[in-house]
Amino acid sequence: MKQAHFREKIARVVIWAAALLVMAVLGAVVVYILYKGLPMLSWEFLTQIPRDMGRAGGISSTIVGTLLLTLVAVAIAIPFGIGTAFYLAEYTRENIVTRIIRFSAESLAGIPSIVYGLFGFIFFVIMLKLRWNILSGALTMAFMILPTMIRTAEEAIRAVPQSYREVSFSLGGTKWQTIARAVFPSALRGIANGVILSVGRCIAETAAVMLTAGSALRMPASLLSPTRTMAVHFYMLATEGISMPNAYGTAALLVILIFLINVVANMLVNRFVGKKESR
Amino acid sequence: MKKFREKLSGRIFLALAISSVAALALITVFILVQGLPIIKSVGLIDFVFGMTWAPTQGEFGIFPMIVGSVAVTLGAAIVGVPVGVCCAIFLAEFAPAALRNVFRPAIQLLAGIPSVVYGFWGLLFVVPLIRDYLGGPGLSILAGSIILGIMILPTIISIAEVSLLALPRQYKEGALALGMTHWQAIKSVLLPAAKSGIVAAVILGIGRAIGETMAVIMVLGNAVALPGSILDPVRTLTTNIGIEMGYAAGEHQQALFATGIVLFVVIMLLNSTAQYITRGNKVNRGKKK
Repeated sequence: MKQAHFREKIARVVIWAAALLVMAVLGAVVVYILYKGLPMLSWEFLTQIPRDMGRAGGISSTIVGTLLLTLVAVAIAIPFGIGTAFYLAEYTRENIVTRIIRFSAESLAGIPSIVYGLFGFIFFVIMLKLRWNILSGALTMAFMILPTMIRTAEEAIRAVPQSYREVSFSLGGTKWQTIARAVFPSALRGIANGVILSVGRCIAETAAVMLTAGSALRMPASLLSPTRTMAVHFYMLATEGISMPNAYGTAALLVILIFLINVVANMLVNRFVGKKESR
Repeated sequence: MKKFREKLSGRIFLALAISSVAALALITVFILVQGLPIIKSVGLIDFVFGMTWAPTQGEFGIFPMIVGSVAVTLGAAIVGVPVGVCCAIFLAEFAPAALRNVFRPAIQLLAGIPSVVYGFWGLLFVVPLIRDYLGGPGLSILAGSIILGIMILPTIISIAEVSLLALPRQYKEGALALGMTHWQAIKSVLLPAAKSGIVAAVILGIGRAIGETMAVIMVLGNAVALPGSILDPVRTLTTNIGIEMGYAAGEHQQALFATGIVLFVVIMLLNSTAQYITRGNKVNRGKKK
Protein backbone atom coordinates (compact mmCIF):
# COMPACT_ATOMS: atom_id res chain seq x y z
CA MET A 1 0.00 0.00 0.00
CA LYS A 2 2.79 2.34 0.94
CA GLN A 3 4.59 1.37 -2.22
CA ALA A 4 1.54 2.23 -4.32
CA HIS A 5 1.45 5.73 -2.87
CA PHE A 6 5.16 6.13 -3.41
CA ARG A 7 4.77 5.11 -7.05
CA GLU A 8 1.87 7.51 -7.40
CA LYS A 9 4.14 10.31 -6.28
CA ILE A 10 6.92 9.35 -8.66
CA ALA A 11 4.48 9.08 -11.57
CA ARG A 12 3.10 12.51 -10.76
CA VAL A 13 6.56 14.04 -10.67
CA VAL A 14 7.58 12.41 -13.97
CA ILE A 15 4.40 13.47 -15.76
CA TRP A 16 4.55 17.03 -14.45
CA ALA A 17 8.21 17.18 -15.42
CA ALA A 18 7.43 16.06 -18.98
CA ALA A 19 4.70 18.68 -19.29
CA LEU A 20 6.91 21.43 -17.93
CA LEU A 21 9.74 20.33 -20.24
CA VAL A 22 7.49 20.69 -23.28
CA MET A 23 6.36 24.12 -22.11
CA ALA A 24 9.97 25.11 -21.53
CA VAL A 25 11.04 24.01 -25.01
CA LEU A 26 8.15 25.81 -26.64
CA GLY A 27 8.93 28.87 -24.56
CA ALA A 28 12.61 28.66 -25.50
CA VAL A 29 11.84 28.54 -29.23
CA VAL A 30 9.18 31.24 -29.26
CA VAL A 31 10.75 33.58 -26.73
CA TYR A 32 14.17 33.41 -28.36
CA ILE A 33 12.82 34.18 -31.84
CA LEU A 34 10.64 37.01 -30.54
CA TYR A 35 13.42 38.41 -28.34
CA LYS A 36 15.81 38.56 -31.29
CA GLY A 37 13.25 39.39 -33.95
CA LEU A 38 10.77 41.82 -32.45
CA PRO A 39 13.22 44.75 -32.33
CA MET A 40 13.68 44.31 -36.09
CA LEU A 41 10.01 44.78 -36.86
CA SER A 42 9.76 48.40 -37.90
CA TRP A 43 7.53 50.09 -40.44
CA GLU A 44 10.51 50.26 -42.82
CA PHE A 45 11.24 46.55 -42.41
CA LEU A 46 7.65 45.67 -43.28
CA THR A 47 7.26 48.07 -46.20
CA GLN A 48 10.60 48.10 -47.99
CA ILE A 49 11.76 45.69 -50.66
CA PRO A 50 14.76 43.51 -49.73
CA ARG A 51 17.99 44.98 -51.11
CA ASP A 52 21.38 43.35 -51.65
CA MET A 53 20.01 39.75 -51.47
CA GLY A 54 18.21 40.56 -48.21
CA ARG A 55 21.18 42.05 -46.37
CA ALA A 56 19.49 45.44 -46.32
CA GLY A 57 16.00 46.80 -46.77
CA GLY A 58 12.87 45.07 -45.55
CA ILE A 59 10.79 42.06 -46.50
CA SER A 60 7.73 43.67 -48.14
CA SER A 61 7.89 41.62 -51.35
CA THR A 62 8.10 38.35 -49.41
CA ILE A 63 5.06 39.34 -47.33
CA VAL A 64 3.09 40.13 -50.48
CA GLY A 65 4.30 36.90 -52.11
CA THR A 66 3.30 34.81 -49.08
CA LEU A 67 -0.15 36.38 -48.84
CA LEU A 68 -0.86 36.10 -52.58
CA LEU A 69 0.29 32.48 -52.74
CA THR A 70 -1.75 31.55 -49.67
CA LEU A 71 -4.83 33.38 -50.91
CA VAL A 72 -4.77 31.71 -54.33
CA ALA A 73 -4.03 28.25 -52.88
CA VAL A 74 -6.90 28.46 -50.41
CA ALA A 75 -9.26 29.95 -53.00
CA ILE A 76 -8.55 27.01 -55.32
CA ALA A 77 -8.83 24.38 -52.60
CA ILE A 78 -12.03 25.69 -50.93
CA PRO A 79 -14.61 24.76 -53.60
CA PHE A 80 -13.09 21.31 -54.16
CA GLY A 81 -12.54 20.60 -50.48
CA ILE A 82 -15.95 21.73 -49.27
CA GLY A 83 -17.79 20.38 -52.31
CA THR A 84 -16.23 16.95 -51.79
CA ALA A 85 -17.07 17.08 -48.09
CA PHE A 86 -20.72 17.88 -48.83
CA TYR A 87 -20.86 15.11 -51.37
CA LEU A 88 -19.43 12.62 -48.86
CA ALA A 89 -21.61 13.71 -45.96
CA GLU A 90 -24.91 14.55 -47.63
CA TYR A 91 -25.27 12.99 -51.06
CA THR A 92 -24.23 9.39 -50.73
CA ARG A 93 -24.50 6.46 -48.44
CA GLU A 94 -21.35 4.60 -47.52
CA ASN A 95 -20.30 2.75 -50.62
CA ILE A 96 -17.23 1.93 -52.62
CA VAL A 97 -17.01 5.47 -54.06
CA THR A 98 -17.06 7.23 -50.71
CA ARG A 99 -14.58 4.74 -49.37
CA ILE A 100 -12.19 5.43 -52.24
CA ILE A 101 -12.53 9.18 -51.76
CA ARG A 102 -12.00 8.97 -48.03
CA PHE A 103 -9.13 6.53 -48.32
CA SER A 104 -7.27 8.68 -50.85
CA ALA A 105 -7.85 11.82 -48.80
CA GLU A 106 -6.67 10.17 -45.59
CA SER A 107 -3.64 8.60 -47.20
CA LEU A 108 -2.54 11.73 -49.00
CA ALA A 109 -2.91 13.87 -45.88
CA GLY A 110 0.24 12.25 -44.50
CA ILE A 111 2.42 12.40 -47.61
CA PRO A 112 5.51 14.57 -46.95
CA SER A 113 5.41 18.10 -48.32
CA ILE A 114 8.60 17.47 -50.28
CA VAL A 115 6.73 14.86 -52.34
CA TYR A 116 4.06 17.45 -53.14
CA GLY A 117 6.92 19.74 -54.08
CA LEU A 118 8.32 17.11 -56.46
CA PHE A 119 4.94 16.69 -58.06
CA GLY A 120 4.32 20.43 -58.37
CA PHE A 121 7.78 20.99 -59.81
CA ILE A 122 7.44 18.38 -62.57
CA PHE A 123 3.76 18.88 -63.29
CA PHE A 124 3.10 22.61 -63.02
CA VAL A 125 6.56 24.11 -63.47
CA ILE A 126 7.95 21.82 -66.16
CA MET A 127 5.13 19.97 -67.91
CA LEU A 128 2.47 22.67 -67.96
CA LYS A 129 5.27 25.20 -68.57
CA LEU A 130 3.98 27.55 -65.90
CA ARG A 131 7.58 28.13 -64.74
CA TRP A 132 8.41 29.10 -61.16
CA ASN A 133 5.81 31.56 -59.99
CA ILE A 134 3.05 32.29 -57.52
CA LEU A 135 0.51 30.31 -59.54
CA SER A 136 2.63 27.13 -59.62
CA GLY A 137 3.32 27.43 -55.90
CA ALA A 138 -0.33 28.07 -55.11
CA LEU A 139 -1.55 25.13 -57.21
CA THR A 140 0.93 22.84 -55.47
CA MET A 141 -0.17 24.09 -52.05
CA ALA A 142 -3.83 23.70 -53.04
CA PHE A 143 -3.15 20.00 -53.73
CA MET A 144 -1.37 19.73 -50.41
CA ILE A 145 -4.11 21.27 -48.25
CA LEU A 146 -6.99 19.57 -50.09
CA PRO A 147 -7.00 16.31 -48.04
CA THR A 148 -7.05 18.15 -44.71
CA MET A 149 -9.74 20.51 -45.94
CA ILE A 150 -11.98 17.64 -47.04
CA ARG A 151 -11.60 15.94 -43.69
CA THR A 152 -12.22 18.96 -41.46
CA ALA A 153 -15.20 20.10 -43.56
CA GLU A 154 -16.73 16.63 -43.55
CA GLU A 155 -16.38 16.42 -39.77
CA ALA A 156 -18.03 19.81 -39.36
CA ILE A 157 -20.93 18.84 -41.63
CA ARG A 158 -21.45 15.54 -39.85
CA ALA A 159 -21.48 17.36 -36.50
CA VAL A 160 -24.68 19.19 -37.53
CA PRO A 161 -27.54 17.44 -35.69
CA GLN A 162 -29.75 15.27 -37.88
CA SER A 163 -32.83 17.09 -36.52
CA TYR A 164 -31.83 20.23 -38.47
CA ARG A 165 -32.17 18.32 -41.72
CA GLU A 166 -35.38 16.61 -40.66
CA VAL A 167 -37.02 19.91 -39.71
CA SER A 168 -35.99 21.46 -43.00
CA PHE A 169 -37.38 18.52 -44.98
CA SER A 170 -40.58 18.49 -42.98
CA LEU A 171 -41.10 22.16 -43.85
CA GLY A 172 -40.96 21.14 -47.50
CA GLY A 173 -37.36 22.10 -48.08
CA THR A 174 -35.58 20.39 -50.93
CA LYS A 175 -32.19 18.76 -50.56
CA TRP A 176 -30.37 21.83 -51.86
CA GLN A 177 -32.39 24.22 -49.69
CA THR A 178 -31.68 22.06 -46.66
CA ILE A 179 -27.97 22.03 -47.35
CA ALA A 180 -27.70 25.70 -48.23
CA ARG A 181 -29.91 27.12 -45.48
CA ALA A 182 -29.85 24.64 -42.60
CA VAL A 183 -26.69 22.55 -42.76
CA PHE A 184 -24.15 24.97 -44.22
CA PRO A 185 -24.73 27.84 -41.78
CA SER A 186 -24.40 25.48 -38.79
CA ALA A 187 -21.27 23.85 -40.16
CA LEU A 188 -19.71 27.14 -41.20
CA ARG A 189 -17.59 27.65 -38.09
CA GLY A 190 -16.09 24.20 -38.28
CA ILE A 191 -15.43 24.59 -41.99
CA ALA A 192 -13.85 27.99 -41.42
CA ASN A 193 -11.61 26.48 -38.77
CA GLY A 194 -10.28 23.97 -41.31
CA VAL A 195 -9.71 26.74 -43.83
CA ILE A 196 -7.80 28.84 -41.32
CA LEU A 197 -5.55 25.92 -40.38
CA SER A 198 -4.84 25.45 -44.10
CA VAL A 199 -3.86 29.11 -44.31
CA GLY A 200 -1.37 28.45 -41.51
CA ARG A 201 0.09 25.48 -43.37
CA CYS A 202 0.54 27.54 -46.55
CA ILE A 203 2.33 30.30 -44.66
CA ALA A 204 4.63 27.88 -42.85
CA GLU A 205 5.46 25.62 -45.81
CA THR A 206 8.98 25.85 -47.17
CA ALA A 207 10.08 22.75 -49.10
CA ALA A 208 7.19 22.52 -51.56
CA VAL A 209 7.07 26.27 -52.15
CA MET A 210 10.80 26.56 -52.75
CA LEU A 211 10.59 23.99 -55.55
CA THR A 212 7.63 25.63 -57.28
CA ALA A 213 7.41 29.36 -56.58
CA GLY A 214 11.04 30.33 -57.17
CA SER A 215 13.08 32.63 -55.00
CA ALA A 216 12.92 36.05 -56.66
CA LEU A 217 12.99 39.06 -54.34
CA ARG A 218 11.22 41.46 -56.70
CA MET A 219 7.76 42.72 -55.80
CA PRO A 220 5.44 40.31 -57.66
CA ALA A 221 3.62 42.08 -60.48
CA SER A 222 1.10 39.33 -61.17
CA LEU A 223 0.35 35.72 -60.31
CA LEU A 224 2.83 34.75 -63.02
CA SER A 225 5.74 36.47 -61.28
CA PRO A 226 8.18 34.34 -59.35
CA THR A 227 8.26 35.07 -55.65
CA ARG A 228 9.95 34.09 -52.43
CA THR A 229 7.69 33.47 -49.46
CA MET A 230 8.65 34.56 -45.95
CA ALA A 231 9.50 31.01 -44.83
CA VAL A 232 11.80 30.49 -47.85
CA HIS A 233 13.34 33.93 -47.33
CA PHE A 234 14.04 33.08 -43.70
CA TYR A 235 15.61 29.78 -44.73
CA MET A 236 17.89 31.48 -47.27
CA LEU A 237 18.91 34.29 -44.93
CA ALA A 238 19.66 31.89 -42.10
CA THR A 239 21.40 29.03 -43.91
CA GLU A 240 23.46 31.14 -46.29
CA GLY A 241 24.44 33.49 -43.49
CA ILE A 242 23.22 36.53 -45.41
CA SER A 243 21.77 38.55 -42.56
CA MET A 244 20.97 37.20 -39.11
CA PRO A 245 19.03 40.27 -37.89
CA ASN A 246 16.77 40.16 -40.95
CA ALA A 247 16.35 36.41 -40.53
CA TYR A 248 15.21 36.91 -36.92
CA GLY A 249 12.83 39.65 -37.99
CA THR A 250 11.25 37.44 -40.65
CA ALA A 251 10.97 34.50 -38.23
CA ALA A 252 9.35 36.71 -35.58
CA LEU A 253 6.75 37.91 -38.07
CA LEU A 254 6.06 34.30 -39.09
CA VAL A 255 5.60 33.22 -35.46
CA ILE A 256 3.26 36.16 -34.80
CA LEU A 257 1.19 35.33 -37.90
CA ILE A 258 0.87 31.66 -36.89
CA PHE A 259 -0.08 32.74 -33.38
CA LEU A 260 -2.84 35.05 -34.69
CA ILE A 261 -4.13 32.30 -36.98
CA ASN A 262 -4.34 29.92 -34.03
CA VAL A 263 -6.17 32.51 -31.93
CA VAL A 264 -8.78 33.02 -34.64
CA ALA A 265 -9.17 29.27 -35.17
CA ASN A 266 -9.62 28.71 -31.43
CA MET A 267 -12.22 31.46 -31.17
CA LEU A 268 -14.18 29.76 -33.94
CA VAL A 269 -13.92 26.32 -32.34
CA ASN A 270 -14.89 27.57 -28.89
CA ARG A 271 -17.99 29.28 -30.25
CA PHE A 272 -18.70 26.19 -32.32
CA VAL A 273 -18.52 23.95 -29.27
CA GLY A 274 -20.30 26.44 -27.02
CA LYS A 275 -23.16 26.66 -29.45
CA LYS A 276 -23.48 22.91 -29.63
CA GLU A 277 -23.53 22.52 -25.88
CA SER A 278 -26.14 25.18 -25.28
CA ARG A 279 -28.59 23.30 -27.44
CA MET B 1 -36.57 25.86 -61.88
CA LYS B 2 -36.47 24.31 -58.44
CA LYS B 3 -36.02 20.83 -59.84
CA PHE B 4 -33.31 22.06 -62.15
CA ARG B 5 -31.43 23.58 -59.25
CA GLU B 6 -31.75 20.33 -57.29
CA LYS B 7 -30.29 18.30 -60.09
CA LEU B 8 -27.61 20.85 -60.82
CA SER B 9 -26.40 21.11 -57.22
CA GLY B 10 -26.14 17.33 -56.88
CA ARG B 11 -24.20 17.11 -60.11
CA ILE B 12 -21.85 19.92 -59.09
CA PHE B 13 -21.03 18.29 -55.76
CA LEU B 14 -20.39 15.00 -57.52
CA ALA B 15 -18.16 16.72 -60.09
CA LEU B 16 -16.19 18.46 -57.33
CA ALA B 17 -15.73 15.20 -55.46
CA ILE B 18 -14.59 13.39 -58.59
CA SER B 19 -12.11 16.12 -59.48
CA SER B 20 -10.69 16.02 -55.96
CA VAL B 21 -10.08 12.30 -56.23
CA ALA B 22 -8.70 12.74 -59.72
CA ALA B 23 -6.29 15.37 -58.41
CA LEU B 24 -5.15 13.13 -55.61
CA ALA B 25 -4.78 10.18 -57.97
CA LEU B 26 -2.80 12.37 -60.34
CA ILE B 27 -0.09 12.91 -57.73
CA THR B 28 0.31 9.19 -57.10
CA VAL B 29 0.33 8.26 -60.78
CA PHE B 30 2.70 11.05 -61.66
CA ILE B 31 5.31 10.20 -59.11
CA LEU B 32 5.14 6.54 -60.08
CA VAL B 33 5.45 7.31 -63.79
CA GLN B 34 8.43 9.59 -63.20
CA GLY B 35 10.27 7.32 -60.81
CA LEU B 36 9.57 3.74 -61.88
CA PRO B 37 11.74 3.71 -65.07
CA ILE B 38 14.92 4.31 -63.10
CA ILE B 39 14.03 1.68 -60.52
CA LYS B 40 13.48 -0.71 -63.43
CA SER B 41 16.79 0.08 -65.10
CA VAL B 42 18.84 0.03 -61.90
CA GLY B 43 16.92 -2.85 -60.38
CA LEU B 44 14.86 -2.56 -57.22
CA ILE B 45 17.38 -4.43 -55.05
CA ASP B 46 20.34 -2.40 -56.31
CA PHE B 47 18.39 0.82 -55.89
CA VAL B 48 17.24 0.18 -52.35
CA PHE B 49 20.36 -1.60 -51.09
CA GLY B 50 22.99 0.11 -53.24
CA MET B 51 25.68 1.79 -51.17
CA THR B 52 26.85 4.43 -53.64
CA TRP B 53 24.90 7.54 -54.53
CA ALA B 54 26.79 9.23 -57.36
CA PRO B 55 24.05 10.48 -59.65
CA THR B 56 26.42 12.18 -62.07
CA GLN B 57 28.22 8.86 -62.66
CA GLY B 58 25.01 6.88 -62.95
CA GLU B 59 25.24 5.22 -59.53
CA PHE B 60 21.92 5.26 -57.72
CA GLY B 61 21.99 3.45 -54.40
CA ILE B 62 19.89 4.94 -51.61
CA PHE B 63 20.73 2.57 -48.78
CA PRO B 64 22.74 5.16 -46.78
CA MET B 65 19.74 7.53 -46.99
CA ILE B 66 17.36 4.79 -45.84
CA VAL B 67 19.64 4.10 -42.89
CA GLY B 68 19.74 7.86 -42.22
CA SER B 69 15.96 8.17 -42.28
CA VAL B 70 15.47 5.15 -40.05
CA ALA B 71 18.13 6.29 -37.56
CA VAL B 72 16.80 9.83 -37.25
CA THR B 73 13.19 8.66 -37.06
CA LEU B 74 13.97 6.10 -34.36
CA GLY B 75 15.87 8.76 -32.46
CA ALA B 76 12.94 11.16 -32.78
CA ALA B 77 10.61 8.47 -31.46
CA ILE B 78 12.90 7.80 -28.48
CA VAL B 79 12.98 11.52 -27.69
CA GLY B 80 9.38 12.37 -28.52
CA VAL B 81 7.20 9.39 -27.62
CA PRO B 82 7.76 9.15 -23.82
CA VAL B 83 7.52 12.90 -23.36
CA GLY B 84 4.51 13.14 -25.67
CA VAL B 85 2.58 10.32 -24.00
CA CYS B 86 3.36 11.75 -20.53
CA CYS B 87 2.07 15.13 -21.73
CA ALA B 88 -1.12 13.53 -23.03
CA ILE B 89 -1.65 11.83 -19.64
CA PHE B 90 -0.95 15.16 -17.98
CA LEU B 91 -3.55 16.96 -20.08
CA ALA B 92 -6.17 14.25 -19.77
CA GLU B 93 -5.72 13.41 -16.09
CA PHE B 94 -3.53 15.70 -14.02
CA ALA B 95 -3.61 19.23 -15.40
CA PRO B 96 -5.61 21.84 -13.49
CA ALA B 97 -8.21 23.41 -15.81
CA ALA B 98 -6.41 26.75 -15.92
CA LEU B 99 -3.13 25.17 -16.97
CA ARG B 100 -4.87 22.98 -19.51
CA ASN B 101 -6.40 26.03 -21.15
CA VAL B 102 -2.93 27.46 -21.65
CA PHE B 103 -1.27 24.20 -22.57
CA ARG B 104 -3.57 23.13 -25.37
CA PRO B 105 -3.27 26.29 -27.48
CA ALA B 106 0.47 26.24 -26.79
CA ILE B 107 0.71 22.76 -28.29
CA GLN B 108 -1.24 24.02 -31.31
CA LEU B 109 1.22 26.85 -31.70
CA LEU B 110 4.05 24.32 -31.49
CA ALA B 111 2.39 22.46 -34.39
CA GLY B 112 2.02 25.59 -36.51
CA ILE B 113 5.52 27.05 -36.24
CA PRO B 114 7.32 26.64 -39.58
CA SER B 115 9.76 23.72 -39.64
CA VAL B 116 12.58 26.01 -40.79
CA VAL B 117 12.29 27.89 -37.50
CA TYR B 118 12.85 24.65 -35.57
CA GLY B 119 15.77 23.78 -37.81
CA PHE B 120 17.31 27.18 -37.26
CA TRP B 121 16.84 26.94 -33.51
CA GLY B 122 18.50 23.53 -33.58
CA LEU B 123 21.39 24.96 -35.56
CA LEU B 124 21.85 27.74 -32.99
CA PHE B 125 21.48 25.76 -29.75
CA VAL B 126 21.42 21.99 -30.17
CA VAL B 127 24.22 21.61 -32.72
CA PRO B 128 26.84 23.69 -30.79
CA LEU B 129 25.95 21.94 -27.54
CA ILE B 130 26.56 18.53 -29.10
CA ARG B 131 29.79 19.72 -30.76
CA ASP B 132 31.16 21.17 -27.54
CA TYR B 133 30.16 18.48 -25.07
CA LEU B 134 29.95 15.24 -27.03
CA GLY B 135 32.35 15.85 -29.89
CA GLY B 136 31.94 15.32 -33.63
CA PRO B 137 30.73 17.97 -36.05
CA GLY B 138 27.55 18.64 -34.09
CA LEU B 139 25.51 18.27 -37.26
CA SER B 140 24.42 14.74 -36.49
CA ILE B 141 21.77 12.08 -36.06
CA LEU B 142 21.46 13.17 -32.44
CA ALA B 143 20.73 16.80 -33.35
CA GLY B 144 18.16 15.71 -35.93
CA SER B 145 16.54 13.31 -33.45
CA ILE B 146 16.15 16.02 -30.83
CA ILE B 147 14.65 18.56 -33.25
CA LEU B 148 12.32 16.00 -34.85
CA GLY B 149 11.44 14.66 -31.41
CA ILE B 150 10.21 18.15 -30.53
CA MET B 151 8.40 18.56 -33.84
CA ILE B 152 6.37 15.34 -33.51
CA LEU B 153 5.20 16.21 -29.98
CA PRO B 154 2.00 18.03 -31.06
CA THR B 155 0.85 15.09 -33.20
CA ILE B 156 1.49 12.55 -30.45
CA ILE B 157 0.07 14.68 -27.64
CA SER B 158 -3.15 15.67 -29.37
CA ILE B 159 -4.08 12.23 -30.72
CA ALA B 160 -3.10 10.38 -27.53
CA GLU B 161 -5.02 12.89 -25.41
CA VAL B 162 -8.14 12.52 -27.54
CA SER B 163 -8.02 8.75 -27.19
CA LEU B 164 -7.63 9.04 -23.39
CA LEU B 165 -10.52 11.49 -23.14
CA ALA B 166 -12.72 9.27 -25.31
CA LEU B 167 -12.72 6.49 -22.71
CA PRO B 168 -15.97 6.01 -20.81
CA ARG B 169 -15.87 7.65 -17.38
CA GLN B 170 -16.83 4.39 -15.71
CA TYR B 171 -13.40 2.90 -16.46
CA LYS B 172 -11.65 5.38 -14.24
CA GLU B 173 -14.40 5.52 -11.63
CA GLY B 174 -14.49 1.75 -11.41
CA ALA B 175 -10.75 1.53 -10.95
CA LEU B 176 -10.76 4.21 -8.26
CA ALA B 177 -13.70 2.55 -6.53
CA LEU B 178 -11.65 -0.66 -6.32
CA GLY B 179 -9.15 1.29 -4.24
CA MET B 180 -6.54 1.91 -6.89
CA THR B 181 -4.44 5.04 -6.72
CA HIS B 182 -4.81 7.50 -9.56
CA TRP B 183 -1.58 6.30 -11.18
CA GLN B 184 -2.58 2.63 -10.83
CA ALA B 185 -5.87 3.44 -12.53
CA ILE B 186 -4.01 5.18 -15.36
CA LYS B 187 -1.39 2.48 -15.76
CA SER B 188 -3.52 -0.61 -15.49
CA VAL B 189 -6.90 0.57 -16.81
CA LEU B 190 -6.80 3.77 -18.84
CA LEU B 191 -3.56 3.26 -20.81
CA PRO B 192 -4.41 -0.32 -21.84
CA ALA B 193 -7.91 0.79 -22.84
CA ALA B 194 -6.59 3.68 -24.91
CA LYS B 195 -3.72 1.62 -26.31
CA SER B 196 -4.81 1.57 -29.92
CA GLY B 197 -5.25 5.35 -30.02
CA ILE B 198 -1.86 5.89 -28.44
CA VAL B 199 -0.20 3.47 -30.86
CA ALA B 200 -1.86 5.32 -33.75
CA ALA B 201 -0.57 8.59 -32.31
CA VAL B 202 2.96 7.22 -32.22
CA ILE B 203 2.74 5.87 -35.77
CA LEU B 204 1.44 9.18 -37.14
CA GLY B 205 4.18 11.00 -35.24
CA ILE B 206 6.76 8.70 -36.80
CA GLY B 207 5.22 9.37 -40.21
CA ARG B 208 5.66 13.07 -39.62
CA ALA B 209 9.29 12.55 -38.62
CA ILE B 210 10.10 10.56 -41.77
CA GLY B 211 8.44 13.19 -43.96
CA GLU B 212 10.08 16.26 -42.47
CA THR B 213 12.57 17.96 -44.77
CA MET B 214 13.64 21.51 -44.06
CA ALA B 215 14.39 21.22 -40.36
CA VAL B 216 16.58 18.17 -40.85
CA ILE B 217 18.43 19.67 -43.81
CA MET B 218 19.68 22.30 -41.41
CA VAL B 219 20.90 20.05 -38.58
CA LEU B 220 21.87 16.67 -40.08
CA GLY B 221 25.00 17.60 -42.00
CA ASN B 222 23.70 15.76 -45.10
CA ALA B 223 26.68 13.49 -45.75
CA VAL B 224 25.85 10.47 -47.91
CA ALA B 225 27.58 7.77 -45.88
CA LEU B 226 26.69 5.06 -43.43
CA PRO B 227 26.88 6.60 -39.95
CA GLY B 228 29.16 4.99 -37.38
CA SER B 229 27.58 6.60 -34.34
CA ILE B 230 24.75 8.96 -33.46
CA LEU B 231 27.25 11.82 -33.56
CA ASP B 232 27.85 11.34 -37.31
CA PRO B 233 26.12 13.38 -39.99
CA VAL B 234 23.65 11.57 -42.28
CA ARG B 235 21.34 12.33 -45.15
CA THR B 236 17.70 11.23 -45.17
CA LEU B 237 15.42 10.36 -48.08
CA THR B 238 13.61 13.69 -47.81
CA THR B 239 16.70 15.86 -47.55
CA ASN B 240 18.17 14.06 -50.56
CA ILE B 241 15.22 15.28 -52.63
CA GLY B 242 15.25 18.74 -51.09
CA ILE B 243 18.95 19.33 -51.70
CA GLU B 244 19.30 17.94 -55.21
CA MET B 245 15.96 18.69 -56.86
CA GLY B 246 17.01 22.22 -57.72
CA TYR B 247 19.67 21.15 -60.22
CA ALA B 248 18.86 17.52 -61.07
CA ALA B 249 18.07 16.52 -64.65
CA GLY B 250 17.50 13.34 -66.64
CA GLU B 251 18.19 10.10 -64.80
CA HIS B 252 19.25 11.98 -61.70
CA GLN B 253 15.83 13.64 -61.54
CA GLN B 254 14.11 10.29 -62.09
CA ALA B 255 16.16 8.84 -59.24
CA LEU B 256 14.89 11.59 -56.95
CA PHE B 257 11.34 10.71 -57.94
CA ALA B 258 12.17 7.09 -57.19
CA THR B 259 13.33 8.24 -53.75
CA GLY B 260 9.92 9.92 -53.50
CA ILE B 261 8.24 6.59 -54.32
CA VAL B 262 10.10 4.88 -51.48
CA LEU B 263 8.98 7.64 -49.09
CA PHE B 264 5.45 7.46 -50.43
CA VAL B 265 5.25 3.69 -49.88
CA VAL B 266 6.67 3.91 -46.35
CA ILE B 267 4.24 6.67 -45.33
CA MET B 268 1.29 4.87 -46.92
CA LEU B 269 2.16 1.71 -44.97
CA LEU B 270 2.47 3.66 -41.71
CA ASN B 271 -0.79 5.55 -42.23
CA SER B 272 -2.77 2.49 -43.25
CA THR B 273 -1.47 0.70 -40.16
CA ALA B 274 -2.59 3.62 -37.98
CA GLN B 275 -6.00 3.70 -39.68
CA TYR B 276 -6.35 -0.04 -39.37
CA ILE B 277 -5.53 0.05 -35.65
CA THR B 278 -7.96 2.85 -34.82
CA ARG B 279 -10.72 1.41 -36.96
CA GLY B 280 -10.30 -2.09 -35.54
CA ASN B 281 -10.68 -0.60 -32.12
CA LYS B 282 -13.93 1.18 -33.00
CA VAL B 283 -15.39 -2.04 -34.38
CA ASN B 284 -14.41 -3.92 -31.22
CA ARG B 285 -15.95 -1.36 -28.95
CA GLY B 286 -19.12 -1.35 -31.03
CA LYS B 287 -19.36 -5.11 -30.61
CA LYS B 288 -18.90 -4.99 -26.86
CA LYS B 289 -21.88 -2.71 -26.48
